[in-house]
Amino acid sequence: MPELSYREAVRDALASAMRSDEDVFVMGEDIAEMGGSMGVTQGLVEEFGVERVRNTPISEIAIVGAGIGAAMQGMRPVVEIMYEDFLTLSMEQIVNQAAKHRYMSGGQVKVPLTIRTQGGAGWSPGAQHAQQLEAWLVHVPGLKVVFASSPADARGLLWSAIYDDNPVIFFEHRLLYPVKEQVPETLEPIPLGKARIVRAGSDVTVIATGPVVHRAVLAADQAQEEGISVEVVDPRTLQPLDEETLVESVMRTHRAVVAHEAVRRMGFGAEVAAMLQEKAFDWLDAPIERVGARFAPLAFAPAMEQYVVPQTEDVLAAIRRTVERSR
Amino acid sequence: MVKVEKQRALPEERLRAFLREMLLIRRFEEKVEERFRAGDLPGFLHVAIGQEAAEVGVCEAMEDGDVFSSTHRAHGHTLARGTPPNAVMAELYGKIEGCSHGYGGSMHLYDLERGNQGANAVVGGGLPAAVGAGLAFKLRDEPRVAVSFFGDGATNTGSFHESLNLASLWKTKTLFVCENNEWAESTPGWQHSPVFDDMSKRATAYAMRAIKVDGQDVERVYEAARDALECVRSGSGPVFLDIETYRMHGHYIGDPQVYRTKEDRDEAAERDPIVRLRGRLAVPGEEWEALENEVREIVEGAVEFARNGTDPRPEDALKNVYA
Repeated sequence: MPELSYREAVRDALASAMRSDEDVFVMGEDIAEMGGSMGVTQGLVEEFGVERVRNTPISEIAIVGAGIGAAMQGMRPVVEIMYEDFLTLSMEQIVNQAAKHRYMSGGQVKVPLTIRTQGGAGWSPGAQHAQQLEAWLVHVPGLKVVFASSPADARGLLWSAIYDDNPVIFFEHRLLYPVKEQVPETLEPIPLGKARIVRAGSDVTVIATGPVVHRAVLAADQAQEEGISVEVVDPRTLQPLDEETLVESVMRTHRAVVAHEAVRRMGFGAEVAAMLQEKAFDWLDAPIERVGARFAPLAFAPAMEQYVVPQTEDVLAAIRRTVERSR
Repeated sequence: MVKVEKQRALPEERLRAFLREMLLIRRFEEKVEERFRAGDLPGFLHVAIGQEAAEVGVCEAMEDGDVFSSTHRAHGHTLARGTPPNAVMAELYGKIEGCSHGYGGSMHLYDLERGNQGANAVVGGGLPAAVGAGLAFKLRDEPRVAVSFFGDGATNTGSFHESLNLASLWKTKTLFVCENNEWAESTPGWQHSPVFDDMSKRATAYAMRAIKVDGQDVERVYEAARDALECVRSGSGPVFLDIETYRMHGHYIGDPQVYRTKEDRDEAAERDPIVRLRGRLAVPGEEWEALENEVREIVEGAVEFARNGTDPRPEDALKNVYA
């Protein structure tokens, strides 16, 4: 089995789709010769040419909007928004246009558009280059939202996103790009809407996304030493959400922690916690714990940034609290 | 002068067909106003009375396979591209038989079969998709054009500027149709744009060819649109069609138009494109009467069809969220 980094995995999914299908093309800022600000699209322009690997002006409305128009004509564009903070510039197109065309047309129109973007704290860019805004998108009916935490997932999920007939927002995390793992020899599509049990356990379920999946695994290893068996589940697709796998896990462990890097208040985890108490209340032995960023923008000074963003210790503390509450 | 004579050589028969189409749209719009005021129609409705020559002139110049995006003022474009009046009226009544099956309404008319990619209720919201559609036609080397209708009010939005820039840069097969009706809701052009006297300047700033035309003369609009479409279709880049038209009624049905003077409204009536074309063709009273009757029958028939249409079930609201 080959080993791929998360960055290479995303690139491999793009290249594979472009090789197999003329309708797939990519566009975004600095994605051609420069290979994207994160280096994800390196080499694509050499293989596929400037018509299919399109450098755009700094023009987020037009990037997303042109993707919508091409998608409505049956192409499968993959557009890159350099930082998810910049999604805010294209929100009108995403929320009012991409998400609504199929519905407003009474089912006549399809918008098979993939919007790749990335974000994440841990490198001190300050408040406008590291936000995690997935909660904004999961709130909008008509959009699908993916957040991959591993190379294999990124590769298989991006393929499925490209071949989905709906607009999909595909979140990548900056700190994950160098992470490597063994991936299947040939690309195996991973269906959207299926969670992955990252680590099996019996006392507490930690439902985590993106980089916090890795922090949750570390926390689980430490909890193991304290005699607490932790199951880590990554939903992978936030919309649609694999409620069944999440609920089933919590019914087995009777305790749940929901953890993400995005701001905790009103975050994606709040919905997961509400869903769990609706569907698994009778199985819960302790209140559901939530872990997320504190309610502040991201500061520049590393110590302040780190204080706001949840770390491994925060996940571990939440695990301990659920156990202590039900001893 | 020779060129002008040659340009104005559309057969009279064709012009009469335009007149019929324009009158149908006018009477349709008036009926919509009437039914809304009577309380039959839910929602937020905008008619384009006074702009029929712009709608018919451009839509008649388009070809099968061309696509378009419209605005909140979309009834005329949709009818002029061939969507049956019954389907449009049924949509305004929120019926399953409507062209968006009751999911869209007046501001979201769709008809994929006839290239209608959606009327858009966000001012300027439809332009970027016309760039993308025009890009798809270019990449696939298809002889098709994506037409984007919008008003003068849209020319101040970011999406307008980003769209013109990208389309010009990439030479997409996109035709931008600015229906300058002199009003952005209640705000007159001179209050909202520094280049209101010449909207074409917006296009030339993006190195895009602009064609200005009197939007109350359907023949002129048709010829300008044909010229523009041919140019776009050939792959030489997008064109900006600057149509100077006039909104004779309010922004929406029920708009008290407190911002408008009596003189202004009188002037509007003098610029009526239908009166102009009828005069030019010297349509005699009897023939006009027959045309009115024919059109009235279609419009009344559409109302009848819509009223007898099928109401969606409330739970149908959960369908069509995803493909």
